[in-house]
Amino acid sequence: MLTEAEAWQVLRTVPDPEIPVISVCELGIVRAIRATDDALTVVVTPTYSGCPATEVIAASIRTALGEAGAATVSVETQLSPAWTTDWIEADAAARLRAYGIVPPNRTAETAVQTIRLVPRAIACPRCDSRKTTRLAAFGSTACKALWRCEDCMEPFEEFKPL
Amino acid sequence: MTPHLEYLLRIGDSTLILGQRLSEWCGHAPVLEEDIALANVALDLIGQSRLVLTHASTIEGAGRDEDQLAFLRTEGQFRNVTLVELPNGDFGRTVLRSFLFSTFLRELWTGLAASADSGLAAIAAKSVKESRYHVQHAGEWVIRLGDGTDESHARMQRAVDDLWPYTAELFAPTPVDDMVHAAGVGVKWTELRSAWDATVLPVLEEATLKAPEGSAFVSRGKLGMHSEHMGHLLTEMQYLQRTYPGATW
Repeated sequence: MLTEAEAWQVLRTVPDPEIPVISVCELGIVRAIRATDDALTVVVTPTYSGCPATEVIAASIRTALGEAGAATVSVETQLSPAWTTDWIEADAAARLRAYGIVPPNRTAETAVQTIRLVPRAIACPRCDSRKTTRLAAFGSTACKALWRCEDCMEPFEEFKPL
Repeated sequence: MTPHLEYLLRIGDSTLILGQRLSEWCGHAPVLEEDIALANVALDLIGQSRLVLTHASTIEGAGRDEDQLAFLRTEGQFRNVTLVELPNGDFGRTVLRSFLFSTFLRELWTGLAASADSGLAAIAAKSVKESRYHVQHAGEWVIRLGDGTDESHARMQRAVDDLWPYTAELFAPTPVDDMVHAAGVGVKWTELRSAWDATVLPVLEEATLKAPEGSAFVSRGKLGMHSEHMGHLLTEMQYLQRTYPGATW
């Protein structure tokens, strides 16, 4: 049977299905692991209410821990406190950028959201130019917005602060 | 039905039905980016609905799960506000409706984050963050289209004229509100009006759109009395479970 510490190590190798360069632990959604003599319970908090990756993540966690030797694994959902992008680990943020996704600002800096046509420019993750345009408020998933760099002309995504 | 359950169904059903309406745009929006955006907003709403309906089924304790509540109730048993069941119309009308309802929902979630019902409070604290993005997205489009071309302005003004009367229901007082409020479980929807006005009215003004004068009409979807559109919506939404009851995949 796996210890809690061993289980954490295993989960650090389970990638987020939508953003495979970071693990579910680095994403900040694994809130707790409880080990008893014959079972492991992993407490996970969802990112967005409608995130279609939630069920894949639970299945990946069960599979990874099962392959590492855990006999019985259950995945529990915990809503409170609500997930925030502030829980994404700092190392992971750098890897997100290298992957072409601008990591989220701290939520405290974006707490006041106004309705406006031109959002604040963010730097292109490839060439660092600030001549960028937001194309859409939602990207391939709810957690991201779609941008384009006007200098290198490459599209990129922004992980929105939540 | 207890007031607590009734109140939860008003929220769970309204988010579900708006999610269903927005899903109709999947593959049909004017541009790909907005197609994806509307589908993402729909997913958030359906996700919120699943959480609320699952919680409602626990409160009800009758062994009906979220799917049974969503797919096996009849029209008169739904408690969504009428606004969300109206047909989408064009893209402008769709984002206007989204803006009006998401702003209401944002204020509702904000209030419910302090609910004595800890399950509901947890759902609210999570959902309010999503609703903020929905308000921002839809609000930007309302301004862009309202203060846009003559054609887009005219269409948006017609949409405001048509949809505005249905917003009265959002704030219409009901005994259920009073009872859940007294129990510390819910907020009275009528008290959300000033916060809603504070967001909606400036956006309409910036969009050069005029809200019509108030009228005596108050729709009654949250009391279970729906428009002629609701049955058609349910026919499509519930088709699979009606044809193959209990089907899972």
